[in-house]
Amino acid sequence: MATAQLRLAPSGEAQVDPGRSSTVPFGTTLLHTWYLTGRKLHALVRQPWVLAFSVVQPVVWLFLFGQLFHRVIDIPGFAFGGTYLAYLVPGVIAMNAMSNNMWAGMTMIEEIERGTLNRFLVSPASRIGIMNATVAEQAVSTTVQSLIIVALGLAGGARYRGGVAGVAVLVAASILVGVVFGALSNSVGMLLRSREAIIGVYTFFMLPLMFLSSAFIPTSLMPGWMQAIASRNPLNWVVQIGRSALSAQPDWSAIAVRCGGLLVLAVACVAVSVVTFRSYQKNV
Amino acid sequence: MSSTDDAIEACQLVKTYATHGKKHAIRALDGLDISVPRGMIFGLLGPNGAGKTTTVKILTSLARPDEGSARVEGIDVLARPGQVRRVIGVVAQRSGADPMATGRENLVLQGRLYGLRGRSARARADELLDHFGLAGTAGRLVKTYSGGMQRRLDVALGLVHRPAVLFLDEPTTGLDPESRAAMWQEIARLAGKKGEGEVGGMTVLLTTHYLEEADRLAGQLAIVDRGRVVASGTPDRLKGELRGDVVQVELPADADASLVRGVLASVPEVREVVIAGRDVSARSDDGAAAVPVVLAALQRAGVSAASVAVARPSLDDVYLRHTGRRYSESGTPHRGGEDDELEVVEASR
Repeated sequence: MATAQLRLAPSGEAQVDPGRSSTVPFGTTLLHTWYLTGRKLHALVRQPWVLAFSVVQPVVWLFLFGQLFHRVIDIPGFAFGGTYLAYLVPGVIAMNAMSNNMWAGMTMIEEIERGTLNRFLVSPASRIGIMNATVAEQAVSTTVQSLIIVALGLAGGARYRGGVAGVAVLVAASILVGVVFGALSNSVGMLLRSREAIIGVYTFFMLPLMFLSSAFIPTSLMPGWMQAIASRNPLNWVVQIGRSALSAQPDWSAIAVRCGGLLVLAVACVAVSVVTFRSYQKNV
Repeated sequence: MSSTDDAIEACQLVKTYATHGKKHAIRALDGLDISVPRGMIFGLLGPNGAGKTTTVKILTSLARPDEGSARVEGIDVLARPGQVRRVIGVVAQRSGADPMATGRENLVLQGRLYGLRGRSARARADELLDHFGLAGTAGRLVKTYSGGMQRRLDVALGLVHRPAVLFLDEPTTGLDPESRAAMWQEIARLAGKKGEGEVGGMTVLLTTHYLEEADRLAGQLAIVDRGRVVASGTPDRLKGELRGDVVQVELPADADASLVRGVLASVPEVREVVIAGRDVSARSDDGAAAVPVVLAALQRAGVSAASVAVARPSLDDVYLRHTGRRYSESGTPHRGGEDDELEVVEASR
């Protein structure tokens, strides 16, 4: 260690604003959100293989599943003007957004175990900023992955008549559903602090919600009870939004209603995660 | 006690944790009191599970006590946690540094969270990297750092904003002897005298389960056992309270323990004779003066000592007196399988 004289003692700087309470001004919250998001995105960029790996599953769905079942298109009543691979694109994007964000709780547990979260909590870091950063990072990685799947679909021969606007709407919907499941996963992580619980939640929700959506087959071909559930399944909303937005004549009013539903759900789930974050702080 | 002189004041802290699968909550703190004068290294000594970390968590605004009050730099931790966070630096047991960021990035982010902007955050980071001998590895990801380097970075992270009070929770656990010695030097420097018109040093609250660490570093210490302070004062005073030295005699292999006990009972210079195998230890107000008397008495009884030594009381003795247990028997002062084995070997000897 260097022997140079260093001012490590209190210099008065720390006590500049004795009147400040524990509430953080809005500007600081934004600034801290920016810094903390930057930290997470840096880590993401440094592990490009994580993003690369996350594309493996979509590739399997699009190119194996899509090929294997390419003739389901011919079922009477399927009513889709394109290849089965093109039909799968919105479903694969929705599934990918859900499945990847459901692991968010794992990162949360790691940060808790490593002491990183506590380091921020004993600092004046904005609490909301800490949560914002998590959501922002999820949004960025979901966007990148969704765009990769769009490109893969394109390479596989899918054509998107809805154009750039359609793709943008689909990506936005995937972000929202990602935020929903990311927030829930974070809540489970903070509350139970067990990886098993997160795996449990994943297996409990992932496959059922997938099959109870129009990801693979139009809901009109489902039994009645499945249709009833599918219409209330947020994952299915994303698929429906995407399929409509990518079609030649998007049904914008239906898209708006479902996007609104996803938005409400996302806000509610983030609120739940903020509440669990508060309870975590009380029980560190 | 007046709050103006104390950097840290904790009063009757009680904290219970509900645990999964157990009927009763764990009482981590059971009426803990401490007061730490400004500019001092204060040691919180105790085995794992004694309540040291819980105390630190409460004082650093991470956890709320069930009962009791705490002030840091005169600020009520429960009422104004935000203010307390600006005047404290915390180096927790677990690293907390982001392994996927470089050392410099960690420090710059920390500086920014404490309100340092752009250039000054970077300048402060470089200053600390230099000081802690991390300048050469500042651009490497923290996950590639050695344990000692990571610990130095942790301390640097706690110092970014020049806190008035620094909490160090077991700063040397898991470090190799060399890194530990360097860390001790650094900690001593933090609270040391300041040159050129700077008033006083930093107040440091140090928790440790190493007796030697507490003895070397702490100006004052509190021994914590089962959520309470069982003894406090300067290390010398605590040891002085035991009144007297220990005269240790090693007997020859064929010595008769009961004979020796009888002989020493009649020597007025010593008291509290304990015989364990071939080792005899006896307490004395003046160890040096007692040695010739003890040796002469043994000689008369036909026992010639193999070796003799006089020891000042150690913190281990202090701990034994206040808790009724040897320090090494109370919990797990070591981590890692090899150390545990070593302890077992020692115990069975």
